[in-house]
Amino acid sequence: MTILQVRNLSIDYLAADGAVLHAVDDVGFDLEQGRSLGLVGESGCGKTTTMLGLLRLLPAEGRIISGEVRYQDTDLLRVSEREMRKYRWSKISLVFQGAMNALNPVRKVGDQIAEVILLHKTVTDKGEANERVGELLELVGITSEMARQYPHQYSGGMRQRAMIAMALACSPDILIADEPTTALDVMIQAQILDLLQNLQKELELSIVMVTHNLGVVAEICDDVLVMYGGKTAEYASVDVIYNEPLHPYTQRLLQAFPDVDSPASSLASIPGHPPPLDALPPGCRFEPRCHCREGICAVENPPLVMVKPGHYVACHMVGD
Amino acid sequence: MEPPGYSSSGMDFKQIWGTFRRKPSAMLGLAILLSVVFIAIFAPWVAPYNPDDSVDVKFEDLLAPPDGEHLLGRDDVGKDVLSQLIYGARISLLVGFVTSFMSMFIGTVVGLVAGYYGGRVDNLLMRIVDFLLVIPSLPLMLVIISVWGRGLDKTILIIALLYWTYMARLVRSQVLSIKERQFILRARAIGASPLRIIARHIFPQVLPLIIAQAVLDISTSILAESSLSFLGLGDPTLVSWGMMLNFAFERAISRMAWWFLLPPGIAIVLVSLSLVLIGTALEEIVNPRLKTHHLFDPRNMVALLTGVGKTKVEERTE
Repeated sequence: MTILQVRNLSIDYLAADGAVLHAVDDVGFDLEQGRSLGLVGESGCGKTTTMLGLLRLLPAEGRIISGEVRYQDTDLLRVSEREMRKYRWSKISLVFQGAMNALNPVRKVGDQIAEVILLHKTVTDKGEANERVGELLELVGITSEMARQYPHQYSGGMRQRAMIAMALACSPDILIADEPTTALDVMIQAQILDLLQNLQKELELSIVMVTHNLGVVAEICDDVLVMYGGKTAEYASVDVIYNEPLHPYTQRLLQAFPDVDSPASSLASIPGHPPPLDALPPGCRFEPRCHCREGICAVENPPLVMVKPGHYVACHMVGD
Repeated sequence: MEPPGYSSSGMDFKQIWGTFRRKPSAMLGLAILLSVVFIAIFAPWVAPYNPDDSVDVKFEDLLAPPDGEHLLGRDDVGKDVLSQLIYGARISLLVGFVTSFMSMFIGTVVGLVAGYYGGRVDNLLMRIVDFLLVIPSLPLMLVIISVWGRGLDKTILIIALLYWTYMARLVRSQVLSIKERQFILRARAIGASPLRIIARHIFPQVLPLIIAQAVLDISTSILAESSLSFLGLGDPTLVSWGMMLNFAFERAISRMAWWFLLPPGIAIVLVSLSLVLIGTALEEIVNPRLKTHHLFDPRNMVALLTGVGKTKVEERTE
């Protein structure tokens, strides 16, 4: 069952000088219940903006220009702000990038988790809420006594776990994890990912994983959406993306991944930088850095076409 | 553990007290303030006479200089000055605390709303603040009181209504920075309403700073009340320190009765000083930006710029 359908989502930022920056342009995907989608791309390609857009949490300068975010039968972009608050967290929750800053430093961790529960009236009794907080913390491997401590008394990995516990507090259907493992060391990273996977199985969660770590994607995602410069470059299942990538960007990304068999070889890199939002190339956004570009690429933006069922690519060199 | 003073947001009141008690100036201020508050509360027991008592006054009692019976002498109608001073503390402190509390309330609400909502609301509220800041407040108070009439309640209200602006600006500037932090975005993501975010997530972070400022505001209010009373616009039935100064200035100064003029003046200075000591100490603790860099020590600056006195710097660092 498709639990979240995103169609033609476009988001602009209004710059201070009046310029309009297209941060996200015509992005769409389907999220099936109990499956996970990886959202991959370089920094600044619109991943986080897309996720914040889904929950209508964009900063004041952000505008959703068009699109549809269909959760079950409701278009979340059309409901009132008051209505939207009921969907936030109780249906779709968010694990932030860098949990250190996502917890209020002056309130006890347990109280912050309890706030979520009481706010959405999952339970109404304070004692019961505290009990639930204890359960949630145990679920992510933190002893329930730690609920009485402040965020600065937690280690980085524990804060991330606490954040995940908070995200699960209202038993949401969808969990958006925005780079949940950046700033954590490899061991903790692996623990967090294991935790997410186990929870997904146990709770039938659907996960959207925003990351630029392809290893993470390969480990836990079912589908992958590769973004570049605010647009969809390629969208397919994880096997297809890793085994038969069609978009030159995806290919180069995968080549840039270190090879376990020959650790000494130098890493391939993609020359250049992602395009700045105020100077997007007129044609394909990857054209200036692309190794197989042709004349048309600099002029016309390639449409997203379906090359096989479930495999979408936006590139002039693919398909016909 | 974050080091104390790391940020205003990461501090609880225990930590603040821990740093506070190590500042001698702050503790001196607290001692002065507490003793004045004590005297004001227990005035009927502390004061040697009833300040309104002027029966059986003989001619030589009028403006009698200090002696064993009347430690600070008597005023122009033979009342005991020390007792008046002690009872006057009640009025002055009452005005100070109530006014500062009211202006703290108005300023905090305006600052929180303006800072959080931004845009037009912010613009409107801040223009009102600018307007009030630009008008010289003492002449304005004089005009309002002469139109509206005198009275303690009116004095309190007028001072409060004119003195909340600085608090509003202070709170607003803090909110502007706090609302951009990620846990506020997270609070929005859990479905919290703006009111809840302001009350539960932003307000507690600004509170220490608000209290520091409110303490400073008490002294401003006491001074404002004293000015008004001195100028004859206070409540004539209630003798505050300012009112005593007014009486003394009008009736006693020509007869060199310093014992009537000096005590209320010194009392006002002492209480203001104690509040400023406490307030600035609190502000220094909770607002780390006020802490000066070690290189800003003038002795070090001179040494760095000229190379002279270099040995002194080295001595100090050892």
